[in-house]
Formats: sequence, structure tokens, C-alpha cells
Amino acid sequence: MRVAPKEIQSFRDDFTYSNSAEAIERFPFPFAEDEYRYSVNMEPHLPKGGEGSAYEHFLDIDEHYLSEMAEREKVLEEMPHRCLAMPHMDLACWDMIERIMVSLSEDYPDYFSLIRNGDHWSWENKLLNIKDQFTFGDSSSLPLPPLDYIGRQMQGDFALLDQREGDLFLDAGMITCPADWSLAFDAGMSFKEWHGPVPMAHGEGIFERALKYLIAIPVGKPVRRLNWTLTVNARMDTSPEKYHEWGHERTTVTPENVGGKVYLRVELQVLDRMPRSNAMMFSIRTYLLSLEDLVTNKEWAVRMHRALKTLPEPLINYKGLTRFHGTVVDYLSQFDPVN
Amino acid sequence: MSVIDQISVKVSAVRQVAPMIKEFSLEAIDAELVPFSPGAHVVVTMAGAENEPTYRNAYSLMSNPQDNSQYRIAVRLQEDSRGGSLFMHHQIAVGDQLMISPPANLFAPEWMAKKHVLFAGGVGITPFLSYLPELQQRESEFELHYMFRSKQTGAYSDELSETLDKNCNNYDADKGSRCDIAAVMAEQPLGTHFYVCGPQSLIDSVRATADEMGIPASAVHWEEFAGAKPGQPFVVELSRSGIELAVASDSSLLETLEGADIEIPNLCRAGVCGQCVCKVAEGEVEHRDSYLSEPEKQSGQVMMPCVSRAAGERLVLDI
Ligand code: HEM
Ligand code: FES
Repeated sequence: MRVAPKEIQSFRDDFTYSNSAEAIERFPFPFAEDEYRYSVNMEPHLPKGGEGSAYEHFLDIDEHYLSEMAEREKVLEEMPHRCLAMPHMDLACWDMIERIMVSLSEDYPDYFSLIRNGDHWSWENKLLNIKDQFTFGDSSSLPLPPLDYIGRQMQGDFALLDQREGDLFLDAGMITCPADWSLAFDAGMSFKEWHGPVPMAHGEGIFERALKYLIAIPVGKPVRRLNWTLTVNARMDTSPEKYHEWGHERTTVTPENVGGKVYLRVELQVLDRMPRSNAMMFSIRTYLLSLEDLVTNKEWAVRMHRALKTLPEPLINYKGLTRFHGTVVDYLSQFDPVN
Repeated sequence: MSVIDQISVKVSAVRQVAPMIKEFSLEAIDAELVPFSPGAHVVVTMAGAENEPTYRNAYSLMSNPQDNSQYRIAVRLQEDSRGGSLFMHHQIAVGDQLMISPPANLFAPEWMAKKHVLFAGGVGITPFLSYLPELQQRESEFELHYMFRSKQTGAYSDELSETLDKNCNNYDADKGSRCDIAAVMAEQPLGTHFYVCGPQSLIDSVRATADEMGIPASAVHWEEFAGAKPGQPFVVELSRSGIELAVASDSSLLETLEGADIEIPNLCRAGVCGQCVCKVAEGEVEHRDSYLSEPEKQSGQVMMPCVSRAAGERLVLDI
């Protein structure tokens, strides 16, 4: 069964965000083995897991849709620069509008509808009460710039990469829920440049191989990968711009509160070739699950315990877990029979 | 889930556009064709009659990228080829069906370039035909240098010189006209990007000239449309299944694997994209691709079966 979007919950202040039993069940758990290491972990983005799974559709809409859209509005109101599109990315933005509107209306016909009459398009988003008509390709016919318009209707962050010189450049994006990186800082950078701070992976040639693979992705053959970190409190916007609001929360984790306070944060990332512009769309769909909820699945609890226990030091530091990694491992150890 | 598999298309027109070149217009049968970007290609699957081999060749899309009512490709007859072009020329007529891959682009224009200089040799004009509408729309500065032999190729040369006027330079070797590549390249302003599509000799000479002039390699782009070339026959063994297959001299290893229903990801079928990489367990490889690095080639542990072959009589792949 699919879960319907529920009433708005918060990702800040009182943190009312919660997962239903169905949402817990469909959580994209990222650890395939007892040890976690960086790798070129990409696979074709084909449906997996059946109806209701997070991998059922090209883009996943779940029970948190309204909450995430409300959170995004708040971030953008305060910091409009979290959405950025360099002028040469205009065509790519329209490619993205088409890809998103077509797939949402096909995959979720109860929520979204698109009627195309040549370049004359009618779009309806019943969840947000949006109904617009516009001319495809004509940015002045939309109430907002194209990326801003569609980004406010889509769960998850988006980047659009321009492909040139055998490389990818971060020239557009809507990034309101990043795991500690800044669009304004990374804008215009190349694949290796924006991955600069990542430890270990450069020496192992991971980014070189990943880039070669990405460059060759054709139209209609999206690929996906998972990335993960831990976040204290159900906070979506862990951006460097807001570090002063969340950085210190890492010191508030105790053995008593760790289960409810620490969240496994998983990004389901999809890479998809844009047909007209040859740009790459990178969607980053973020899922948050408290450890308390996670350990209701015994296999996950065991797996995660072992993966975290054997996590290399440089990754612990890079992911910002130094202050509470030990507390998390101790908490999880009670679910691992080997201990 | 917005994944596109093979697209079935119908041939809606066939035109002889030069003595050795036929142009095919393709229309989708049950779906819409997807838009594409300048420089994109598709892989055409030509399923022969029973007991006949199936050919797969990559062809540049030469139609206007803005028009997704049809795709157009042009095929040069290669008498000594492994069959794909013979098949297209002799067996395919209006109304026939073909399967094509979704478009992939390994030869896109660098839009940041100050100026674009395009070198086309023979049927190598095709990817540039999809560049032109957008170069003109963006009002980019460009020059086309088109080399051909009018007894064989030279498709569209009259139309091009008419519509592009002084931006198009035609060189018909059969009339003694040759392009002085070094002179053309020497004249260009800093920030120019150079694109070559044509026979290997043309690609080599543009790259060598650029090298001599100190033009950075990143400003020179080329597309090989040759694909697999014939070689010595050999036997391939697949270590995981124990299957043994004979690779004929005019089949590529990739085609032989596909013929045995072994699916290998692939895009360019020309040793460029890296998709088809296979692990080698035993045997010497004659590497013919431009994807693997020199150390990777020397390690003997991986190969690109779309173009590369065994150096000896036998090869064992770890698949
Ligand atoms: C092309 C689209 C991609 C974009 C826009 C992107 C962006 C980013 C950014 C902004 C970061 C954070 C870096 C920092 O600390 O400032 C990051 C981290 C990382 N990226 Fe990517 N990335 C992309 C694709 C990939 C791919 C295909 C791989 C596959 C190997 C990859 C592997 C990683 C890894 C391993 C990290 C470290 C994550 C962690 O430990 O939390 N990225 N990426
Ligand atoms: S298919 Fe592209 S390298 Fe073999």
C-alpha cells in the first residue's frame, strides 16, 4: 500500500517530524554489508521492492511531502540563494521541468496532472493547490524562474550539472536540505573540485571512475546510489549557512536520549541525462529515521551496529560524527547478539 | 519509471544523398521520440533473417534536435565492412522496422567556447548537421571545413555552402581541392574549440597539428564512427558458465557475446564510453579502445569487447 501525504510536521524548533510504520518499512536502508567503505556504488534506477517501495518510481513522493515543501518555503524565504541557476542552464531547467512533470503525472495521477498541447502546457499539483498554464521553454510564462518553480513542488534537493570538457559542473540547483555542504560555495565547481573535502575516495580512484561512468549516461537510463550520515534531531536543513543553529546539537547526545535524538539520514541520489541540454540532473532525496524506529527492524540494527563500529576514523570525522559516534555504537550494540 | 529501453522505429524515407551514402528517416512506432542534444548518436539494431547475424552500429543523429517527429541518420556503404552498412544499403527500405537505443551523446559542443571550428570528413558531416541549428540560434561563431570525394561522399555540400555561405568551406578531393588543416588552425583566436569527425587519418592529423601548435588537448574533440574492425578469429571462454564461443574474424567479441544472449552494457560500440568493460581471466588482449588507461591495458585484466580482440587464439573472460 502507498502512504498518502500527511499533515505538516516540523524539521526545526519543536521537531514534530515522525515516521509511520509504513514509512519505517519502506526506508531505504543503506548498509548492504557489515563494513561500510566508499565505492562506486551505482546501479540502474529500475523499480525495486514492489508497490510502495522507495524505489518504485523515478521520483519518490511519500507521507512527508507537505512537511518538506513547507520546510523548503521557510528556507527559501530566509535565503533565496539556496536556489541558483546560471543563465546557460536555462534549457537544462526546462528539460528538468519536463522530466519531473511527466514522471510525476504518470506515476502519481491522483496528485499531479499534466496536459500537453504542443508547447502549451497545463500543470496541476493537487497536493499544493497549484494550477498553472504556461508555454514550454518560455521562462516568462511561469510565475517563478523554472528551477525555483519546480523545485518547490518536489521532495528532495536538486542539482543540474553542465557537462563540458569531459567533466561536470555544478551550475544550477535547489539545495535546502544538504548534509553539510553549500550550493553557493560549490557553484561552478567541477566534479573533483566539489568532492574535494571527501577523505580516502580520491586516492582510491573512486571519483575518476564515477565521473567516467556519469559522462556516458544516455537519455532514459537513470542510475541511483545511496549516501548516508547521522543527524542530531530531525533537521532537514543541516547547511553550513545554518551551522550556528545545529552544530552545537552534536554535543547534546547522551546514552539516555540517543535512540530518539539521532537519525540515520539517507540520500537516495538519482542521476539522469537531460535530453536537449545534455546536462545531468542529480536528485538527492533525503530520508530521516530515528535509531529508535530503526532498531524495530532487528536485521538493520545488527547491520548498522557493525557498519558503524568498523567505520574508518577519517569517515567518522568527515561525516561529523566524532562527538557522538561512541554513544551510537554503544546503543546499537545491545541489539547485536555477537556482543 | 521513466526508463527508456529500445525504441522501435519505422523507416519513413530513404534518400541517396551521395554516391555511397544513404539517408534514412526514422519515425517512432508506438511511443514518442525523445528530444536529443547536438552531437548525439543512437545504436541501430539490424536483425537479419533467421541464421543471419544481427548487426549493431552507432550512427549520429543528423536531424534538427528541436524536431522530435523524426530522427535522421546517414550511412556510408563500406564494402569491406563487417556487414552493418551493407545491410542498411541493400536490405532496408521504406516501411521496414528497426530497433534503436535511446540517444547518447559523447560528442557535444562546448558551448563556452569562443569559436567552434568543425572538421568533417565524408560521412563525418552527420553529427555537425545537428550542431548547426543550435550554433545558429545561439549566434555562435563557427566555421565548417568539409572534406570529401564527390565520387563517393559529399552529401549536402551544396546546401551547406548555400545556407552557411562563408562559414562553410568545401574541399572535394576528386576535384583536387584539399584543406590545409594547419593553416586553418593557425588562424583561430584563443578559446577556439576544434571538432573532428571523419576517418582516423583526419582525426590523427588534427590532433597532431593541435599538439604542435600547443593547443590544449581539452580544446580538441573527436568522434570515431568506425567502430569495430575485423581481425583474426579466436575462441572465448566464459569462466563462470564454462561456455565457449567462436569469434569470427568479421564479428566483434561484443557481438559474439550478444549473439549468445549474454548482455553486456554498451553505448558507443567504438571503445570510447567505457560501458562494456569486461574482466579478463586468461589470454593476451589486443587493445583497440581509447577508454582504458595505459596501465589498465598493460595489466591485462580488463578489456573493451566492443572493439578489442584476443591477441592469440584463446581468451578467458571472468563473466
Ligand atoms: C554528479 C552529481 C553529484 C553531486 C552534485 C555530488 C555532490 C556532492 C557533495 C556536494 C558532497 C559533499 C562534499 C563536501 O563535503 O563538501 C558529496 C559527497 C560525496 N560524494 Fe558526491 N556528488 C555527485 C555524485 C557522486 C557520485 C556519482 C559518487 C560516486 C562515487 C559520489 C560520491 C560521494 C561520496 C563518497 C561523498 C562523501 C559522502 C559522505 O561520506 O557523507 N558523488 N557529493
Ligand atoms: S561500448 Fe563503449 S567502450 Fe565498448
